[in-house]
Amino acid sequence: MNLTLRIWRQQGPDTPGEMTVYQVSGISEDMSFLEMLDTLNEELILRGERPVAFDHDCREGICGACGMVINGQAHGPERTTTCQLHMRHFNDGDTIDVEPWRAGAFPVVRDLVVDRSALDRIIGSGGYITAPTGSAPEAHATAVPKEAADLAFEHAECIGCGACVAACPNGSAMLFTAAKVVHLNVLPQGAPERASRVRNMVGAMDAEGFGGCTNTGECATACPKGIPLTGIARLNREFLRS
Amino acid sequence: MNHDDANAGEAPMSYLDYTVGAPVADTRAPAGPIEQRWDQRRFEAKLVNPANRRKHTVIVVGTGLAGGAAGATLAEQGYHVVQFCFQDSPRRAHSIAAQGGINAAKNYRNDGDSIRRLFYDTVKGGDFRARESNVHRLAQVSVEIIDQCVAQGVPFAREYGGLLDTRSFGGVQVSRTFYARGQTGQQLLLGAYQALSRQIAAGNVELHARTEMLDLIVIDGRARGIVARNLVTGEIRTHLADAVVLATGGYGNVFYLSTNAKNSNATAIWRAHRRGAYFANPCFTQIHPTCIPRSGDHQSKLTLMSESLRNDGRIWVPKAKGDTRPPGQIPEDERDYYLERIYPAFGNLVPRDIASRAAKVVCDEGRGVGPGGQGVYLDFADAIARLGRDAVEAKYGNLFEMYERITAEDPYRVPMRIYPAIHYTMGGLWVDYDLQTTIPGLFAIGEANFSDHGANRLGASALMQGLADGYFVLPPTLNDYLGRTPLPPVPDDHPQLAEVEAEVTDRLHLILAVDGDRTPDSFHRELGELLWDNCGMARDEAGLRRALARIPALREEFWRRIKVPGTGAEFNQALEKANRLVDYFELAELMCLDALHRGESCGGHFRTESATPDGEAARRDEEFSYAAAWEYTGDAPVLHKEELVFEHVHPTQRSYA
Amino acid sequence: MPMASATRTNRVNRNPAPGRTPETPGPGRRPSKAAALWRSSVGKKAVMAVSGLVMLAYLVAHMLGNLKVFFGPDDLNGYAHWLRTIGEPVLHHGWFLWLARPVLLAAVVAHGVAAYQLSRRDLKARPQQYAHRRRQSTYATRTMRWGGVILGLFIVWHILDLTTLTVNPLAEEGHPYQNIVASFSTWYGGGIYCLAMLALGLHVRHGFWSAAQTLGVNNPRRDRALKLAANGLALLLTAGFLSVPVAVMAGLVR
Repeated sequence: MNLTLRIWRQQGPDTPGEMTVYQVSGISEDMSFLEMLDTLNEELILRGERPVAFDHDCREGICGACGMVINGQAHGPERTTTCQLHMRHFNDGDTIDVEPWRAGAFPVVRDLVVDRSALDRIIGSGGYITAPTGSAPEAHATAVPKEAADLAFEHAECIGCGACVAACPNGSAMLFTAAKVVHLNVLPQGAPERASRVRNMVGAMDAEGFGGCTNTGECATACPKGIPLTGIARLNREFLRS
Repeated sequence: MNHDDANAGEAPMSYLDYTVGAPVADTRAPAGPIEQRWDQRRFEAKLVNPANRRKHTVIVVGTGLAGGAAGATLAEQGYHVVQFCFQDSPRRAHSIAAQGGINAAKNYRNDGDSIRRLFYDTVKGGDFRARESNVHRLAQVSVEIIDQCVAQGVPFAREYGGLLDTRSFGGVQVSRTFYARGQTGQQLLLGAYQALSRQIAAGNVELHARTEMLDLIVIDGRARGIVARNLVTGEIRTHLADAVVLATGGYGNVFYLSTNAKNSNATAIWRAHRRGAYFANPCFTQIHPTCIPRSGDHQSKLTLMSESLRNDGRIWVPKAKGDTRPPGQIPEDERDYYLERIYPAFGNLVPRDIASRAAKVVCDEGRGVGPGGQGVYLDFADAIARLGRDAVEAKYGNLFEMYERITAEDPYRVPMRIYPAIHYTMGGLWVDYDLQTTIPGLFAIGEANFSDHGANRLGASALMQGLADGYFVLPPTLNDYLGRTPLPPVPDDHPQLAEVEAEVTDRLHLILAVDGDRTPDSFHRELGELLWDNCGMARDEAGLRRALARIPALREEFWRRIKVPGTGAEFNQALEKANRLVDYFELAELMCLDALHRGESCGGHFRTESATPDGEAARRDEEFSYAAAWEYTGDAPVLHKEELVFEHVHPTQRSYA
Repeated sequence: MPMASATRTNRVNRNPAPGRTPETPGPGRRPSKAAALWRSSVGKKAVMAVSGLVMLAYLVAHMLGNLKVFFGPDDLNGYAHWLRTIGEPVLHHGWFLWLARPVLLAAVVAHGVAAYQLSRRDLKARPQQYAHRRRQSTYATRTMRWGGVILGLFIVWHILDLTTLTVNPLAEEGHPYQNIVASFSTWYGGGIYCLAMLALGLHVRHGFWSAAQTLGVNNPRRDRALKLAANGLALLLTAGFLSVPVAVMAGLVR
């Protein structure tokens, strides 16, 4: 198929960017979206132009590195990561807009690459259980009710891609933060740090310049891993009771 | 050392003229009963006064299971850790993609498991090409890993009673694999990442994300730092330390198509090799039989599906060559269920390497299915008829979904297509019992070393080894090194620093200066195909010699025709790729040489010339019961053999016929 | 609690956070719990939720009272008079209303100030819009900010119209029924009121569920029920409030 791409090109955080139009042809519907961009980049390299920069790594939907806003939707029209989006979801002759994650807390590094290190700092502020190596008790010392384990797992699936922030009109990281708070706070191992964890993580989130939650639900709609919106309610409850 | 490889005019050196040097041996494992060696080693290890640890800087390269665990643990102990990852966050390391699970000899099932049995299974699974002391320690430590991870909040699968669930994996008879749905690697990695994040926030770990190690600094024979490139600004900088730990993973991406992440690469270990670290068993790579086949030339990577699919799926190809009918129109008697035919006892459940090789054989015969004939059917029609669709969905629903998302084919109606793919590399930097390479002060952990898996790795053991090395093995041995070694400060103006920095910079400039007409990916694809065809799961002398002749020519072409736009002083992903390729060319050559010299079939590898009369793999212990540790000379390499002694697990030939 | 906050200050102290330094309060001035709540985005949102629910409860009572209009002037005027007698003889005549008014005022102010501050933060957190805009949230969700502003302005108008009677065409103290009819009989009086009540419906529709979410009472089992309740409440309030001007304009109430 042949496509018209309008891709955000921006040299660096301090230079202005713009949407630039490219034509690609011979795109197979079995290609992933990133393979389609690979094809474009191969052409650009041979023409001596800078290829389009984008983050990607595992290309199987788990590392969370890739992410771009495709036709106004984070990760594009399917509920999956950009690397797992295939070109069969587009039609011959389509014009596709490709933009980087937009958020004040995610400055553009180049083209479609943004700096998401703010998410790492939220984790560093409290998204862990303090268990220095060697200090752990026998694994079966504490039984964890299956419901708690399942609930923890459901939220632990977050891949930290930042689609929730990108989709949120307020650039809020509430779903990301909620995913980790819920994962750790529902487990007995996480109980001792329950209150400080949620307070510190919400504090870090605010300090990083993420917006607040207005419960639009766009984050959960965009989340490739299906982290539920009710996780945010749980985060709020944890915060208020702390 | 010869650093002129970038010089296009130079005649390619011949690896075939390799020489055999002095044997190499591990001198760190204490003598005595194997069960007590690790205790004894830790007891003998010198300790560093806690108050002095802060004064020691340790560089850790990589933030996967091994690197993340090591960085967090060393920082907890009080060392100043400087950690590097080329990704934007430590959480992206490719350990995250491991699906199946992690082995541990907990014997929670009371099914006869023990440390000894895990040790035994691992040595046997590695086809008797691993070092017993290391493997035994791995089995011992496995128990602590589960405790550690549970304490961190890793949400392992649990039973209704709240206790941990386990399953049996990879054909072993005991149920010792702990798992977190199909995302065990992700959950374990996030545990390590969170521990690391805590140390970063506390100021004990200085993290350099989006920074790639491009060389090693060796001063007075000791590893004292690295040269790294900031991938955003292009700045090349030297980072000094008292010890360097490489946790940079495997080199499967040398094949271009593999299940590795796109950016996983061999540069760190290869540059260390060029600085003096021996590279062991480079040809030992693992091929996974149940990957989704490539759909065309655009394919950028391969996706693995859990091997458990073979429990209920039946593998077949058409009997006739070039049969292009859709699978539904091929009658039962025109199908060849070749695994069931050749291996009636094990059928579709033969080990990974046998299943992989058989698939390649039928495809090479022209009976493969799907695009390019590079695939075989994995058919669930019988299972659905026998168990019902619901039961099949309950077991494999998520895998079927993943398959359908990628291929747009519904495996409930049309048989899946699968094909083997490069998955893991058992080879890596040679290390002793302390996980130290042949360069003092340079340690290699996780998949980056050659340590524990011999010629083949058991399922669910990669996660175990990465965490064992990072959490429990490296910290005490590194302690010992730091406590024992006088490490005078390296002056900032030490000539070696400027020299290595200049080498790194020059190489990038040379790549940029070529301004040719081929892209990095086009070279990488070609190299990968060459290796896959000649140094994959089945090899023969002629093919390996062909590859050994072709690689230098391809490298020469690279230096004439590579095209990388932009500069080195900016975010330049094409430059990153091209720079990694330079190392892949050299590594590929060593892999082929290693495969050529090892004239036996072993582990995951079938050497066509070394077969039993009925066509099965024949290991040749009299000649090859050693690990091949290669020394870089800049010219033909030198082979140092580490003789393997089996006191506890006696070598046997396996048989699946 | 003290344990936990000690941990927090410790960490902040030791954390020279490369790059951006979080603006978390330092160890010297440990903020009170209320101040900490107000300072955080989640706490401020909780303030909005609670103040919103206070106003919502008032509105339900207000709407039910309004329906008295359909029983004639005596009923409504009598009801209005009774409101001033609540609490007697403990409370003096009219005191109940004067006790309720500061609570309502506080709720309106807290709601508005929090909304203003949160909105500023939100707009700053997303400085650049997408070239290709495509929203998936509901209309009610997207109109919360402007809807809120409209309602704020309406409250001012409404008080001037029917409480202080400043802008009421009839302005007869003690005769709310007649004042209502007079106001709604003008095109602008009825029009403004109807518009505001539609905005109110939308605002409550998202606001009620959102408050449940913010206060952490939502969970996967309740989610559907809460959304239904929000829709029901919004519909009820809007219909109830609208029935009066519609009846006046249709000549059913005069």
